[in-house]
Amino acid sequence: MTTDSVKRAESTPDEPMPFAELGMKQDEYDRVKEILGRRPTGSELAIYSVMWSEHCSYKSSKVHLRQFATKAPHSDALLVGMGENAGVVDIGDGWAATFKIESHNHPSYVEPHQGAATGVGGIVRDIMSMGARPIAVMDALRFGGAHQDDTRRVLPGVVEGISHYGNCLGLPNIGGEVAFDECYIGNPLVNALCVGLLRKDQIKLATAPGPGNKVVLFGASTGPDGIGGASVLASATFEDESQAKRPAVQVGDPFMEKLLIECCLELYAADVVVGIQDLGAAGVSCATTELAAKGTGGMAVDLNLVPLRDPSLRPEEILMSESQERMMAVVRPSDIPAFMAICEKWDVPATVIGEVTDTGRLVMTWHGETIVDIPPGTAADEGPVYERPFHEPAGQAALNADTPDTLARPADLRATLLQLLGSPNLASKAWVTDQYDRYVRSNTVLAQPADAGMLRISEAIAGAEPTTRGIALSTDGNGRYAKLDPYAGAQLALAEAYRNVAVTGAKPLAVTNCLNFGSPEDPEVMWQFAEAVRGLADACRTLGVPVTGGNVSFYNQTGSTAIHPTPVVGVLGVIDDVAKRVPTGFVAEGLRVALLGDTAAEFGGSEWAHVAHGHLGGLPPEADLEAERALGAVLVEAAARGLLEGSHDLSDGGLAIALAESCLARGIGATVALSGEPFTDLFSESAGRALVVVRPEAFDEFAALCAEHEVPCYGLGVTGGESLVVQDVLEVPVSELRDTHSGALPAVFG
Amino acid sequence: MARVIVDVMLKPEILDPQGQAIARALPRLGFSGVSAVRQGKRFEIELEGPADEAAIADVRKMAETLLANTVIEDYTVRVEA
Repeated sequence: MTTDSVKRAESTPDEPMPFAELGMKQDEYDRVKEILGRRPTGSELAIYSVMWSEHCSYKSSKVHLRQFATKAPHSDALLVGMGENAGVVDIGDGWAATFKIESHNHPSYVEPHQGAATGVGGIVRDIMSMGARPIAVMDALRFGGAHQDDTRRVLPGVVEGISHYGNCLGLPNIGGEVAFDECYIGNPLVNALCVGLLRKDQIKLATAPGPGNKVVLFGASTGPDGIGGASVLASATFEDESQAKRPAVQVGDPFMEKLLIECCLELYAADVVVGIQDLGAAGVSCATTELAAKGTGGMAVDLNLVPLRDPSLRPEEILMSESQERMMAVVRPSDIPAFMAICEKWDVPATVIGEVTDTGRLVMTWHGETIVDIPPGTAADEGPVYERPFHEPAGQAALNADTPDTLARPADLRATLLQLLGSPNLASKAWVTDQYDRYVRSNTVLAQPADAGMLRISEAIAGAEPTTRGIALSTDGNGRYAKLDPYAGAQLALAEAYRNVAVTGAKPLAVTNCLNFGSPEDPEVMWQFAEAVRGLADACRTLGVPVTGGNVSFYNQTGSTAIHPTPVVGVLGVIDDVAKRVPTGFVAEGLRVALLGDTAAEFGGSEWAHVAHGHLGGLPPEADLEAERALGAVLVEAAARGLLEGSHDLSDGGLAIALAESCLARGIGATVALSGEPFTDLFSESAGRALVVVRPEAFDEFAALCAEHEVPCYGLGVTGGESLVVQDVLEVPVSELRDTHSGALPAVFG
Repeated sequence: MARVIVDVMLKPEILDPQGQAIARALPRLGFSGVSAVRQGKRFEIELEGPADEAAIADVRKMAETLLANTVIEDYTVRVEA
């Protein structure tokens, strides 16, 4: 079998290469030839094609994502910003948290169980590579209509995969979302978030400095996973025996990942790691080019040393393999024995495959022949950048003009409440979240169905004083809002996640995002993307929370029909004392119920329009970020002063759903009175609102605090009894609310 | 009455963590000389009638839709003598 060496490439300059099959454009291929001064070898083409792919290079999104940096608010908490494996924020008392959300959409459609499982595995490794112990995960999931056949294939598989991988790792799943819309039937969104904890002086970075330092590949061996594309190189170009079709599906092994976690933490503690990178998309190609580009600049690797699960793999395939549970570390030669001993203790195979050099070149050999010789930065950082054309979608004005004003208002608000409460998007998600372990590691303070997940900071690390602190996390997104107005939709997603964190009493600190869109080559989709990024960046500045990292997922479409633009935003907050957290809902009888924030008649993209009329049109609710910020300040301050007994944010379904969910939290009813038009008061989705319950004797102090921050505070009534009573409008026993709320998903999924 | 056997195995190129775990456990229990293990599933389908062509075709359909995940698994169908 011929190896396509650099020497051979020089002597056969005109040999056609299958760049188009690897998704590379002619001008991109020409640029590779210009960089190298010759045609690339098969292995070099493998590296450039994956590193310059949309997924790795962000070539269509980069020009827009820059706003997250240029518009970033100043934050003393930010320790590591965008561009690393995950952002890191200072949470006080010497502790830091690192968190990130990432998509695994397409693999989860092809093979729901393994696709979703490896999505968890991948994001956990990102967090590990920052030097942290992963402490929790959450998943933001979107599926086709609950009644659609394929949803019954995809949803149970995805939920099983997440619970399998996460439960095996022993990581609590503390929140997330489950939403349904027919636009996701061919493109479910599986966005996985992980959060990790570390001492703030122990951050690790993906860098390979110091010539002579060794490059170690450790974890699982490399097999033909997820390299459908690379087989083109291995078989089409070189008159090779016909290769079996390589699987696009990767199978994860959570027990190997668990060993990797513990192994890495011991390696960090022993201080034998100079730089580290996880292997995700683009595997060895990505790890070697990125490590080298951020370090001294050069690296020499012998690919024959990579441990293989399938000995027939060709070098091009080794470079592109996405086999799971692998990491790459840069280690001083004198530390190699200690490094290997720790790996051996944890049963983690580890192999030195090369070393750092000062040549400025990434050089790889295969059976003694040089098959790769490139400047690593050209693959890792200097990929193509596109200013894709974009314009407002042709139907956007008509969509916005089709307001919900003309929809028939319901005569029976009790029936509408029950109809919404039992609809798939608002019904209890216990069928899903009960399959996840929420309390393993025993640091979970709040988990689903609370507004945000909250964890206490409790890790046994030498030198760390005990702390009362905790972190809170929430993810939110609403594709319907973003479809109507992507700028406002992205801001509303941030506002809701921010509010969800604030209602627990935690101060929002930082943002991660997963931007799910259709094809960037469609100018209408690109407009949605550009607007969403602009909106999110502006909102982050107003709310004072920087974006620390995230992920862009393009090409979420079936044929020419794209999903709703769906920016999913995760917010991390910190609370000084977890004992002062605010639980969700009505926690006791005899408490005053108050509504914070103003309500306008805003039904565009609302759950009511969706469920009752199948209507999507008009404009989403206004995103008043200054009001949002003031509301957050009141909630955090009130929690710290011990003024709040319970709280709940208002979002999809409006006040009616928030009241019902608050009753369901502990099975305690309430009697409230409305001051305005009942339908609008109950079902409008105006943003910037929250429900709180306060002890009667603390109410004046709380109302004064609201006045000080200019947050409207309306007393609605009191908690107690066995029914939700909205005076002169409706009355529903809590037991009936519960049956409706908890019965919906089991009725569909069994 | 006939019995049809369906064997389901992960495709050869797909990672098999269970098989690997077994392979790692064998030497600990004193078994040597094993280079690899792959684990699969065996289904015994009892038919009410004979295992004729139509019945076998039916079993194949069962394998295709329920017994095997053909994205990552292969299956074989045979009649037990």
